Amino acid sequence: MSIRRGLLALLAQEPMYGAQLRSEFESRTGGTWPLNVGQVYTTLARLERDGLVEAAGGADDEGRIGYRLTDQGRAEVQRWWTAPVDRGDTPRDELVIKLALAVTVPGVDVQRLVQTQRTATLRHLQDLTKLKRASSEEAGGRNELAWFLVLDNLVFAAEAEIRWLDHVESRLAREATRAPEVRTRDTESSFDDQSSKRASR
Amino acid sequence: MTTSPILLLDNVSRVHGHDETAVRALDGVTLRVHAGELVAVMGPSGSGKSTLLNLAGGLDQPTVGQVFVEGADVGAMSMRDLAALRRRSLGFVFQDFNLIPSLTAAENVALPLELDGLRVRKARRIALDALEAVGIADLADRYPEHMSGGQQQRVAIARALVGNRRLVLADEPTGALDSQTGEAVLRVLRSRCDAGAGGLLVTHEARHAAWADRVVFLRDGVVVDSTGTPPGPESLLDSVGTI
Ligand SMILES: Nc1ncnc2c1ncn2[C@@H]1O[C@H](COP(=O)(O)OP(=O)(O)OP(=O)(O)O)[C@@H](O)[C@H]1O
Ligand SMILES: [Mg+2]
Repeated sequence: MSIRRGLLALLAQEPMYGAQLRSEFESRTGGTWPLNVGQVYTTLARLERDGLVEAAGGADDEGRIGYRLTDQGRAEVQRWWTAPVDRGDTPRDELVIKLALAVTVPGVDVQRLVQTQRTATLRHLQDLTKLKRASSEEAGGRNELAWFLVLDNLVFAAEAEIRWLDHVESRLAREATRAPEVRTRDTESSFDDQSSKRASR
Repeated sequence: MTTSPILLLDNVSRVHGHDETAVRALDGVTLRVHAGELVAVMGPSGSGKSTLLNLAGGLDQPTVGQVFVEGADVGAMSMRDLAALRRRSLGFVFQDFNLIPSLTAAENVALPLELDGLRVRKARRIALDALEAVGIADLADRYPEHMSGGQQQRVAIARALVGNRRLVLADEPTGALDSQTGEAVLRVLRSRCDAGAGGLLVTHEARHAAWADRVVFLRDGVVVDSTGTPPGPESLLDSVGTI
């Protein structure tokens, strides 16, 4: 799920070829989530089927097809940036991928994104704490104890996520005072020319 | 809700210093704490959390706006009324514990009760119960200098919770505590609020903030977000389903 959304986010910045999407995704997430080309094309095919992306013109001389977002795709990306990552149905990796992309794609309000996520995670932490409150510390035997330890594990995991978000926020604040222009990037030029610039970096 | 809040900060701002050295520690903050409610305040260092708490406790005055405790305008009170309010209605746990070094743990806790006219033995009995609640009944007769930081902190918390305080203000009360003790302190604070007090808790630790009904986020003196009204039973069941 996060790969699908990640590719959409990259395409929101500029149209790209499949191979280019793959290398962009990997370099921005520090190579932590390697993708194979097959995965990228399968995902692109599904995105096209769902009306979120479309081919940007025909194949070039080397037979490559560039993809770009449809309006619907653009709206989907916008939703991803503004809504907190859902805890229920996705692995937490999605949040990490989302942030890694958000700081590299221009025009994303990262501070807002961090705050929205933190509030959502704190609500989850409040729910967990309610469960702890509901079961008394003293009563119950081993099963009760086991349940407590499980709850505590979830509590500490959610807390770690919030601490990481705090850290991201202060890191970004420091970055902003040091280099205010760091996130503006030229998005006007064609995607061919962008990829060659990036390759030479 | 039609009941008036125990604490109301009405559009308060606090500027420290003047002219080019002026620091806007709080900027147009409005906050209500009702009876039975525990509200947590989170935010980076320097975001105005202690300033907010000091205003709520009448230890500092807002540059703009008003503070009401149980409906009374704190800014309009005489020094005497303010002192009485602090002794009777307010419990304050400071970021640095503020214990009186020449008094034992039990005497520190009993002091506000005695100042309020309670007999010494009765005050001591209540103080011992409060120390028991934070897990240091055995240290009742020690002096602060012979206690660890975490133990002193628990004395300070016991002192803030004794008597019928209507509003408990706590600035990083779990700072020097290990995770077990920190949680025990939150349980005490929580049960005090469940029994009808209002609570305002400043903390860096999300795990502790989660004991509150509502968490408010401060940044640069402004409230930037809040977890809103406490989730109902439906969302609780949802969350059980997803773990
Ligand atoms: N007496 C004072 N004179 C001048 N500036 C002050 C004074 N007290 C606080 N400030 C400034 O006001 C701002 C808010 O301070 P405050 O103590 O409320 O922050 P805080 O959120 O409690 O931080 P921490 O988490 O570090 O305790 C800071 O920029 C601080 O430097
Ligand atoms: Mg402070």
